[in-house]
Amino acid sequence: MASIPGHADAGHGHEHEHHHPTGFMRWVTTTNHKDIGSMYLWFSFAMFLVGGVMALVIRAELFKPGLQFVEPEFFNQMTTLHGLIMVFGAIMPAFVGFANWQIPLMIGASDMAFARMNNWSFWLLPPAGTLLVLSLFMPGGSGGVGWTLYPPLSTQMGIGMDFMIFAVHILGMSSIMGSINIVTTILNMRAPGMTLMKMPLFCWTWLITAYLVIAVMPVLAGAVTMILCDRHFGTSFFNAAGGGDPVLYQHVFWFFGHPEVYIIAIPAFGVVSQIIPAFSRKPLFGYASMVYATSSIAILSFIVWAHHMYTTGMPVAGQLYFMYATMLIAIPTGVKVFNWVATLYRGSLSFEAPMLFSLGFLFLFTLGGFSGLVLSMTAVDVQLHDTYYVVAHFHYVMVAGALFSAFGGVYYWLPKWTGHMYDEGLAKLHFWLSLIFFNVTFFVQHFLGLAGMPRRIPDYAPQFAEFNMISSIGAFGFGLTQLLFLYVVIKCIKGGPKAAAKPWDGAEGLEWTVPSPAPYHTFETPPVVK
Amino acid sequence: MAQTGKPLPLLAAALALGPGVAQAAYKFNMQEPATALGEQVYFLHNMMTAVCGVIFVAVFAVMFYSVFVHRKSLGAKAANFHENMLVEVLWTVVPVFILLAIAWPVTKTVLGMRDTSNPDITIKATGYQWKWGYDYLKGEGEGIHFVSNLSTPQDQIHGKAEKGEHYLLEVDNPLVVPVGKKIRILTTAADVIHAWFVPALAVKQDAVPGFIRDTHFRADKEGVFRGQCAELCGKDHGFMPIEVHVLSAEKYAAWVGEQKKKMAALADDPNKTWNLGELKKRGEQVYASNCAACHQPTGKGNPPAFPALAGSKVVLGPKQAQIETELNGRPGTAMAAFKHLSDVELAAVITYTRNAFGNATGEAIQPSEIKAARK
Amino acid sequence: MSQQQHQAPYYYVPAPSTSMIWGSGALLCLAMGTIFWINGRGAGPWLVLAGFGLLLVMLRRWFGQVIGESESGVYSKRVDVSFRWSMSWFIFSEVMFFAAFFGALFYARVLSVPDLATLENQSLLWPGSTTAWPNAGPGFKEFFSPMHAMGIPAINTLLLLTSGVTLTWAHWGLLENNRGQLKMGLFATIALGALFLCLQAYEYIEAYHQLNLKLTTGIYGSTFFMLTGFHGFHVTLGAIMLTVIFVRVLKGHFRADHHFGFEGVAWYWHFVDVVWLLLFIFVYWL
Ligand code: HEA
Ligand code: HEA
Ligand code: HEC
Ligand code: CUA
Ligand SMILES: [Cu+2]
Repeated sequence: MASIPGHADAGHGHEHEHHHPTGFMRWVTTTNHKDIGSMYLWFSFAMFLVGGVMALVIRAELFKPGLQFVEPEFFNQMTTLHGLIMVFGAIMPAFVGFANWQIPLMIGASDMAFARMNNWSFWLLPPAGTLLVLSLFMPGGSGGVGWTLYPPLSTQMGIGMDFMIFAVHILGMSSIMGSINIVTTILNMRAPGMTLMKMPLFCWTWLITAYLVIAVMPVLAGAVTMILCDRHFGTSFFNAAGGGDPVLYQHVFWFFGHPEVYIIAIPAFGVVSQIIPAFSRKPLFGYASMVYATSSIAILSFIVWAHHMYTTGMPVAGQLYFMYATMLIAIPTGVKVFNWVATLYRGSLSFEAPMLFSLGFLFLFTLGGFSGLVLSMTAVDVQLHDTYYVVAHFHYVMVAGALFSAFGGVYYWLPKWTGHMYDEGLAKLHFWLSLIFFNVTFFVQHFLGLAGMPRRIPDYAPQFAEFNMISSIGAFGFGLTQLLFLYVVIKCIKGGPKAAAKPWDGAEGLEWTVPSPAPYHTFETPPVVK
Repeated sequence: MAQTGKPLPLLAAALALGPGVAQAAYKFNMQEPATALGEQVYFLHNMMTAVCGVIFVAVFAVMFYSVFVHRKSLGAKAANFHENMLVEVLWTVVPVFILLAIAWPVTKTVLGMRDTSNPDITIKATGYQWKWGYDYLKGEGEGIHFVSNLSTPQDQIHGKAEKGEHYLLEVDNPLVVPVGKKIRILTTAADVIHAWFVPALAVKQDAVPGFIRDTHFRADKEGVFRGQCAELCGKDHGFMPIEVHVLSAEKYAAWVGEQKKKMAALADDPNKTWNLGELKKRGEQVYASNCAACHQPTGKGNPPAFPALAGSKVVLGPKQAQIETELNGRPGTAMAAFKHLSDVELAAVITYTRNAFGNATGEAIQPSEIKAARK
Repeated sequence: MSQQQHQAPYYYVPAPSTSMIWGSGALLCLAMGTIFWINGRGAGPWLVLAGFGLLLVMLRRWFGQVIGESESGVYSKRVDVSFRWSMSWFIFSEVMFFAAFFGALFYARVLSVPDLATLENQSLLWPGSTTAWPNAGPGFKEFFSPMHAMGIPAINTLLLLTSGVTLTWAHWGLLENNRGQLKMGLFATIALGALFLCLQAYEYIEAYHQLNLKLTTGIYGSTFFMLTGFHGFHVTLGAIMLTVIFVRVLKGHFRADHHFGFEGVAWYWHFVDVVWLLLFIFVYWL
């Protein structure tokens, strides 16, 4: 393979002289950001289906009271893997996929800063996913401990737990390398004239996200390493008899975990900040304040972690501090919401699928943000912690938030990626069905939580029956709707009306200056930005 | 926002999807609180939901206004403004004040919630996989202790029998407290983290193994209040409910008297020598409420997670090894230490396992042997 | 050489490569092997070995290629800046990794150990628990002694600090085109690092055999070995990286104006140095 280049026109010049691997090997060996971006997106969707099927197992079991289909152990394993796979396998890789495809196009770079490392970041995901899925087939099954992997329950589990721990390690390596690549690309490879404050907001959000990833993934690695040692090497990090404390794990985990939820949310903000101005035909309102707000969210996200731990018995001063700090996050997030609405105001709006998903995002994410605010109040959280209210909260911000934004992003850039327009009618149908079924599934969970139904239980008291049934019906509807999405995407790849270089009249940015589909190599000599 | 507790018309339409909608009792808000702090929490939640609802309506009124009026298909021309310092400052500063206004009452409630001083009765609640143990440590009833197990029959859970009214929320020995008294609950756990959660009393406190944590409540009215373990604690996390009976002072005193008598009657003479039959009979009960959850009533376990005791090398081997296993557990596995059982109970259960499920060692383990094995 | 610099592409984008997939296979083998090993399944050690072998193959191929590209001059200044950014961010991620373990140490000392000795915990759960540090928890009944700061640890501190100086001295040599000084400085740094590791190993043996201080010695042993162990692991990595650099120097690599490989490793070494200082203060001394 690529031998040491001894001549000056190394680099891209290469593929003219060397035979380019084709077929499967093309994907295994590729150093092209567009190939890698596509792989990320496909991997993410596959994982979404796997995690989604697990959610359906959960919802099927919860369709009515009593144990119907699965044993409690297996139910717990489904909950755990569903959470881990959706967070680390579906949502995070989806946005790294967008970053790979779009950031070089948006800032006028020829590729990512480290093309080989980029390949490796992606190709670490399949082994990690394999480990997660394999854990199910181990004796005793996977770890039924929740995606938060709290000890001492996680020290009790069988060999499947070790699979999860190592999967988390590998996922962590992958995201750290991916993020270093993104930060470096953004900081060092902008085309001449593309100052930081001229960058599309999507790049800004990824710059900030990547910083969060680099800061907190190692902390998660440390946390699960301590579990591993407690499990196998006789350490006492989380064991009171040895002077440790199970709650120590929770602190370390949530020091990672809270920034993690913004790692999921912030790139979604970025995608929406591209789409809303494009379909409002009006520049983004308050670009600079958006940048500052996003940075504030990132900084604040480091100092609020213990709002997940109000009931662990921390001192009251701690509870109050974490409550105030958590409430503060509503301010910069609010600024973002207001800026988006101001962008819409007096625009010239049209409602293609990307815009619909962005508006859905705006509406439902804010709803989820408000339920977050309800949870931030310590006294109320003591009631709602570990109930379905929390489940409702985070599906609003993660499914209607991050996932909707990802759907919007796919529709927005699909013409650029494939050179074809997608089927607008079906895409709109996808949106409306998703919107309806999403709310049927998750809105009622607020009521379940308020009434006191704990999360992570396979069976429940009859008083919760009605809403659970509604929720389960919604979940199956939502899941089936996603097959429609798959169909629209495949149909668009296979063919469809030819897409112009700039298919959206209101869109701005360098990515729309290259033809559709984007050529394999773009901006080999950087464009100059005025 | 619909958390306000009033069913929205739209929602009602969505509900029509669910079968049996006519007779179902939909509840849209928290359970009716039974303590003063609970009232505050209820109020805070409603207030916050209302505040959020108002902001929500205001923000999305603007959004929907734009969506309906400024649409391209109606010929809207885009304006070109994209900055305004004044509004940015306003929508940063105004929410700060809203949040300050909210934080104030919450702070007061939180301080009240955490003030566990001067209790009338102190009770320790210990989480086990998967049941609660209660010890009355101080105040009226001091010295009472018992274990509280789920009492819903397996048949109901597996759909072989009609589900009862309090399906999954009923126990054999409920916690009993007097009305109007400040009850302090100390939580701890023997194996993994559990959480003691009774919604109507507005308490939820994690029970962390190796640590004592506390919470408190003062019930304003008599009645039965039900809750559940609220921290994932393994396979039967969904099956370890909490049932609290709040009684009048007199009834409580009567209950205490009754318990004391029961305990005195139950107190076993540790020096008595038991015969095999007695031990097996007693052991069967102990097994059912302590061991069957994992090792199954049949003794077949659920390998590989939970080994079978039928034919187990440990059970059929030297008794010392088994006593050791039961007393100290197996660190790092679900097999917890059962030190908290009495000598008689342990002797009985060990004898039972060695002479049931096809095991037939014929050995009778005496309480004195357990006593000797405890250091 | 500097001519090639002028001919370098605007930004070098490498051609497709098969190196990385080996790395993924390697990590999968390593992970599965370790899992099987610690769970007492037969194939474990062999899988670990295989994974390790694959990893070496991958590192050799990949880094070999990078070194070749670097020496052939296809890396423009801009690529060099990329390397600098990425190394800084990588070190930042390492800082956060250590932060997790330091966090555990501080938490144990400030919160969990004193908590276990509060009145309620003492009377109901842990009679006789104390707040004193070092502490191996109320359930730990044996006697152990902590590691004292002023013996080997102090010597090790000196060794590492000196190695930082020798490395900087070597860097000056490189900048002034004094290859002799460069080689001497590098060699001294590696030797000091190796000596550090030997002393560390000796300290561990002493801890296990004389002080009854083990990984299983409650939270004190856990944090002690976790922190110093991971640090030792980083010193080992750093020493290996320095050795690679040394071999490259012997081969005549690096120029005064183009030597990011050297600098990156130097940064890493200094980082490991700083971590040690923190360890010395918080683990051994206070
Ligand atoms: C994308 C992911 C995401 C995002 C963005 C958020 C955003 C927020 N979250 Fe959420 N959260 C999760 C994902 C997320 N969360 C997950 C996964 C969990 C559960 C983990 C687990 O246990 O498994 C969780 C749990 C969780 C808890 C713990 C609940 C418990 O277990 O007891 C809390 C408590 O404070 C909380 C609070 C918040 C707050 C205050 C915000 C804020 O950032 C929201 C801010 C936004 C708004 C407020 C709306 C817009 C603002 C305005 C329009 C301005 C005006 C408004 C006012 C001034 C009132 N979240
Ligand atoms: C971003 C992340 C994300 C996403 C997208 C989702 C998506 C969904 N989630 Fe969840 N969820 C979490 C993150 C996420 N989730 C987390 C972190 C937890 C906490 C875990 C824990 O407690 O530890 C959780 C927990 C959780 C619970 C609580 C479980 C419990 O407490 O026991 C429930 C219950 O209803 C649920 C439901 C759903 C549903 C119905 C969807 C749906 O949106 C899914 C829709 C998708 C599909 C259904 C797939 C569609 C595919 C098909 C239908 C075709 C299948 C065919 C083939 C593949 C051949 N999730
Ligand atoms: C929470 C689950 C759980 C409960 C409750 C439980 N056990 Fe166990 N038990 C286990 C597990 C898991 C093991 C296997 C431990 C191991 O792998 O070393 C085990 C092992 C044993 C063994 C050793 C069996 C062998 O062949 O190695 C005996 C004997 C035993 N338990 C008896 C009991 C008795 C008696 C009780 C009740 C007083 C009980 N157990 C309650 C989970 C439980
Ligand atoms: Cu005990 Cu959940
Ligand atoms: Cu959070």
